[in-house]
Amino acid sequence: MVDFVNILGAGVAYGVLLFLMAGGLSVTMGMMGFANLAHGSLSMLGGYIVVMLMNWYGWPFFGALPMAAIGAAAAGVLVERTIFRRFYWGNQLDQVLLTIGIVTMTVAAATFVWGAVPPAVHVPAFLVGRVHFGWFDIGSYRLFLIIFGGLLTLALVLGLEYTSFGARIRAAVDNRRMTVSCGINIDRLFMLAFAIGSALAGLGGGLAIYLVGLDPAFPVKYLVYLLIVVVVGGMGSIRGTLAASLALGICDVVGKYYIPYLGAFIIYGVTVVILMFRPNGLFGRGH
Amino acid sequence: MVAVPAPEATHSARALFVRRAAWRWEEIAFWICAALSYFIFPGHLVLLTQAMITGLFVVSLDIMFGYAGIPSFGHAAFFGIGAYTAGILARDWWGDPLLGLVAGALVAGLAGAICSQLVARLHGIAMLMVTLGIGLICYEIANKWNSLTGGDDGLQGMQITPLLGLFTFDIDGRVGFIYSFIVIFVLYLLARRLVNSPFGLALKGIRENVRRVPALGIGVRVQLAMAFTISAAMAGVAGALLAETTQYIALEVLGFDRSISVQIALVLGGIGSLIGGMIGAVVYTVLRDQLSLINPAYWDFWVGLVLVIIVMSGTGGVTGILRRSVDWVIARVKR
Repeated sequence: MVDFVNILGAGVAYGVLLFLMAGGLSVTMGMMGFANLAHGSLSMLGGYIVVMLMNWYGWPFFGALPMAAIGAAAAGVLVERTIFRRFYWGNQLDQVLLTIGIVTMTVAAATFVWGAVPPAVHVPAFLVGRVHFGWFDIGSYRLFLIIFGGLLTLALVLGLEYTSFGARIRAAVDNRRMTVSCGINIDRLFMLAFAIGSALAGLGGGLAIYLVGLDPAFPVKYLVYLLIVVVVGGMGSIRGTLAASLALGICDVVGKYYIPYLGAFIIYGVTVVILMFRPNGLFGRGH
Repeated sequence: MVAVPAPEATHSARALFVRRAAWRWEEIAFWICAALSYFIFPGHLVLLTQAMITGLFVVSLDIMFGYAGIPSFGHAAFFGIGAYTAGILARDWWGDPLLGLVAGALVAGLAGAICSQLVARLHGIAMLMVTLGIGLICYEIANKWNSLTGGDDGLQGMQITPLLGLFTFDIDGRVGFIYSFIVIFVLYLLARRLVNSPFGLALKGIRENVRRVPALGIGVRVQLAMAFTISAAMAGVAGALLAETTQYIALEVLGFDRSISVQIALVLGGIGSLIGGMIGAVVYTVLRDQLSLINPAYWDFWVGLVLVIIVMSGTGGVTGILRRSVDWVIARVKR
């Protein structure tokens, strides 16, 4: 039982990480109808910014994390303004091919700049080791991830539900034409949403290094998981994405621990079955 | 009242299909070059054979993606099923190459028919996800079922008997090349016949406007399922050919990378023209072979860049560019 609680904690921490990386993707897919398979590349960029600042320039971990978010947001907006915006609401196959091309390029570029060897980072001492709560204990870093991710999620959900900006985003996800008719500058809204999504991805990448490692193949490795989370959760639904991230994180960790030879089958199989019956995802509304 | 089409209407409909089925010069040029390459590059027959097999695989994807508009991130599943079927058959039972091809086509086609029932009712990204899931599941099965597939070490010990009992597969790949060339050419003719038939036209209609096609009395799901099944069977033949000519199967035949690279090769060559798939595959395979000698990482970068440029410019890949430049030259000469 104690064992199970520990594994559950690890699964939740992993799910939070997936949510940070997939949240922005869900919004772009739901809001702009844009299948950005290169979203994981932004996470990788965030990760390498943290590595560079810490290992080359001696920045502290918590100083480097915001820079990861800012750097990824800047890169995201740059690509959005120059390339992606031409493809909004266009042919989805074109979007897929375009962003796959970008993934391939970023993987090669990362190998060129940072090498193929996974770098190591040193997190602050209080995040190393385990925390004990009476009868169960959890890795400090995982606990930090859960708390930090929880707060961030809360901020996101509250921001979406209770601010005017959030209301505009929800309006754009639900009905783009009506939103434009209300005089909302949807182009600027898209840019801001894309920047926030990219910042989250960068942050997720920075946080991921200590837990799952970082190498140039990162965008490809997590592409599958991010897509599963977004599509199963329902595009554009933050709650759906959160639920799917946690479910996938827990299933993956629990599956790998208890039934190692069946773990992957269960995840892919469940994904296929869910999509059979709910093509728009669990929480998605059809467009 | 039964609507009988006027005679001139059937005549013009037939004329339409005849016109659509006419051989284009780039097709003729490609197949002549492919045949001549046997004499020009006798030292590179193994590579050329692999390039043509990849071509068949890309053409199979073109039927599904370029004509029917079904995107796939898991098409390697059927390529791999065909390869493993031929491989296991040759290792444990009979090594007749033609039998292996037929078995590969049947098993992959059957798998495709089953999967098509899942895929045909979806659209867009959901299709992509389900094909991705199918591909990953197949990879995991082959990876874990060691006793049957050899797992991560690959499948070894295939005993391929001479072709028709006469021609033994040689180390230089001469028999392999001719065998593959003939099989692929015949399948290319079949694929051509298929996409230029009313069925092919219906697929294009579904791709262009999925809502309007049912109004013409065409069932979307059935057509998509058929296209998916045929495409899977064809990919299976390509896989079986690769297994027989290399007499070894690596687990990578089922890999996600292969599913992606076949998409890239298709875009590189030009979508929706069949020959574009063959050209794209040959360009992709030969360039990768040459450039990855320098450094595989750089190669990926340039491939990605070319892909982005092709999608952004909408030039229709290598075939589209070739076609336009030749049209331009012809227009110049005529004037």
